[in-house]
Amino acid sequence: MSRLLVCPPEYFQIDYEINPWMRRTNAVLASRAVSQWQALMRVLEQDVGAGIARMHPVEGLPDLVFTANAGVVVGRRALVSRFRYPERQREEVYFEQWFRGQGYEVLTLEKTHYFEGAGDLLGFPDTWFGGYRQRTDIRSFPTLSELFQREIIPLELIDGRFYHLDTCFCPLSGGELLYFPAAFDSYGLAAISERIPAEQRIAVPEEEAVRFACNAVCVEKHVVIPAGCPRTMHVLHDRGYRTHAVELDEFMKSGGAAKCLTLALD
Amino acid sequence: MAPSEETVFLQGHIIDSLILAKVLDTIVMMGATFDLQDVKIGATREAPSQARIVIRAPSNRALADILRAIQPHGAALEREADCRFESAPAAGILPDEFYATTHLPTQIRLDGEWVDVEGSEMDLAIYVDPAKAHARTIPMGAVQVGDLIVIGRDGIRVTPLARPAERDVFGFMESVVSSERPHQPVIADIAQRMQMLRERYRQGDPAAKVLCAGGPAIVHAGGRDALTWLVEAGYIHVLFCGNALAAHDMEAALYGTSLGYGLTAGRSVPHGHEHHLRTINRIRALGSIEQAVRSGVVTEGIMAACVRRNVKMVLAGTIRDDGPLPGVVTDSMQAQQAMREEVQGVGLALLVASTLHAIATGNLLPATVPTVCVDVNPSVPTKLADRGSFQAVGLVMDAASFLKELARSLGWRP
Repeated sequence: MSRLLVCPPEYFQIDYEINPWMRRTNAVLASRAVSQWQALMRVLEQDVGAGIARMHPVEGLPDLVFTANAGVVVGRRALVSRFRYPERQREEVYFEQWFRGQGYEVLTLEKTHYFEGAGDLLGFPDTWFGGYRQRTDIRSFPTLSELFQREIIPLELIDGRFYHLDTCFCPLSGGELLYFPAAFDSYGLAAISERIPAEQRIAVPEEEAVRFACNAVCVEKHVVIPAGCPRTMHVLHDRGYRTHAVELDEFMKSGGAAKCLTLALD
Repeated sequence: MAPSEETVFLQGHIIDSLILAKVLDTIVMMGATFDLQDVKIGATREAPSQARIVIRAPSNRALADILRAIQPHGAALEREADCRFESAPAAGILPDEFYATTHLPTQIRLDGEWVDVEGSEMDLAIYVDPAKAHARTIPMGAVQVGDLIVIGRDGIRVTPLARPAERDVFGFMESVVSSERPHQPVIADIAQRMQMLRERYRQGDPAAKVLCAGGPAIVHAGGRDALTWLVEAGYIHVLFCGNALAAHDMEAALYGTSLGYGLTAGRSVPHGHEHHLRTINRIRALGSIEQAVRSGVVTEGIMAACVRRNVKMVLAGTIRDDGPLPGVVTDSMQAQQAMREEVQGVGLALLVASTLHAIATGNLLPATVPTVCVDVNPSVPTKLADRGSFQAVGLVMDAASFLKELARSLGWRP
C-alpha cells in the first residue's frame, strides 16, 4: 500500500509572496481550505486506498501543508530539503524531526545547495528528472544521484508559474508522462523525448496547466487531479486511469495542488 | 595571454540532459570560445559525467557575463588556489620544490588575480614580488638569497599556443623534420616573413627583429656572401655566433681563405692553417672587431656588414677557441645572459649550421617565436622540434645553399 505524508492546513494562509501565484491580498478562506483538504484525504484514503501519515501543523509555517517539499524518501532513507527562501527554511527542522521520529535514516545536503524535495525530483523506476533554476540548485543532483544510485536528468524550469517540477511534470504509473511542454526549454524537451517515447507523453493544454493538471497524485491506476481539467481527465480515461477530481483552488492561491500536498513515503 | 579566460567544472548527468550542450551553446552564443578538457563519461547510467571547460572570452566583461549565465546550469568555477612561493635558501640555489618553466606563456595566481609571468623561457624558475603583483622568469644562477621563488604546481597556468594566423609554413603546427621535404616553398615562406618583418622593423615595431645564430660552416661552405648581403640589406638584426664564424669571416676578408682553404681556389694554400691565428692576433691588436672594420682593416664580409648595419652581436666562446677574438664572451653564463637580453623582440630566428648555438638559442626563445633550424645533420633540427614548438621549421640542408636561396628570394643578385 502506498503511504503519503500530509500536514493538516490549520495554519495555512498567505503570509508572504515567493511565487507568482501568491498574493497576500488574495487571502485564503480557512474553512474552505480545511474542507478541500479533508475532501482530498477522503479520496486518497477511501477511493484510492492510500495510507496517510499526518504530521503536526505548526503555527507560523503556512506552507508546511505542502509536504511534497519535505524532502525525498527512498526506502528507509529520507533526504531533507534545503529551501531557497528563508520563509520556508524554517520548515526544514520540522520535516527532519518527523523523519527522525519515524525512524528514517536522515540525510542532508550541503547548506549551499538548495533542493526542494519531491517537488523538484520526480521519476520513473530507473530514471529520475530534476527541476532546477527556480528553486532547486542543479548542483544538488550529482550528490542525490550518488546517494540513491539513480540517473537524474536535470530539466531547467523556464516559466516562473511552474516553479517546481511537480507543477508541470507528472510521471504516471504506466510509464506515461503528463507534462506541460512550454515550461521547459528545447534542451529539456529533447532530453525528455530521449527518455520517454512520443506515444507515452501526454501534453497538457495551457488552460489546464494553470489549473495544476500536472500537480496530480498517481497511485497505481488512480489519478487524483485538481478539478477544472476536463481535457486531461479525458485523455487519462482513454489511457485506462481512474481519475478523481478534487476542488483545491484555495491551495492554488499559494501555487500548489494535490501533488504538493502529499509526499510519497514508500 | 588573454586575461579573459576561466576554467569551469560541470558534473552530473550532463550529457543526456543536454546540460553540457546548453552550457557550450551559451558560451558560443555569447561570443566566446571554449576548450573541452577532461571529459569523463559516467561508466554506468547512474554514474555522473564530468567536464572541465576552458572559456576564452574577448573581454573580462564578456567573461563575467558568460559565467553568470552558465552558473545556474551547474558550471562551477574551478577552485584555483593562489600559487605558493618560498625564499631561495642561498644565492644560486632554488628552493627544493621550485617550479620549472616551459617556453609557453605562463600566468601565476597571486591574491586571487592572474598575473602574467614576464619573459617566456624554458627551464627557468619564476621570481615573484607579491607586493607589486609582479612575476618574471629567472635563471637558477641569477637567484639571490631570499628571492621569492614559485614552488609546486598550484596557481600556475600555462597557455598552449593558438594556431598562428598566417597561412605559411609556420602555420601548419607541425614540426616534421625531413631531408626529403622540398626546400624551395619553405624558403619562399621564410623570405616572405623576413620581407614583412623588415618592413615592420623599419616602422619601429619592437618585436620585428630577425635573429641569425650561425656556425663557421656558413663561411666554409660558401654562404658568406649571401649572409653578408642579408645583413647589408637590413634583413638581419641580431647575430649570435662563436669565435670561429667571426674569425673565419675576417680571415676570408684578410687572406681570402677559410681555415686555410682558398675560398675561390678551393684548395689549401701554403701556411694557410696559420691564417685564422694571424687574423685573430691582428684583431686583438686593434682592440675590437668594430675597430677593425671602422679602421678599414676588415672591409667586407659578415662582420663588416654587421658593424656597418649596427647588428647586435653576441659572440659566445667555447673551450676549443683560439684567441679568442676581442668581444668573445668566455664565461658561458654571461654569454647566455647576453643572448637572453638580445632575444627580446625577436620575431623570427634562423638557426644555421651550429648545434651549439642553435640549441642554446632555441632554449632561450619563447614558443611563440617562429624558428627555422637548418643543418645537414637531421639530429639538430629534430632536437629543436622536440622542444614542442609547432612554429619550428627544420630544414636538413647545407647552410650555404639555404642562405643563397634565401638571399636570392629576397633579391640578391650575385
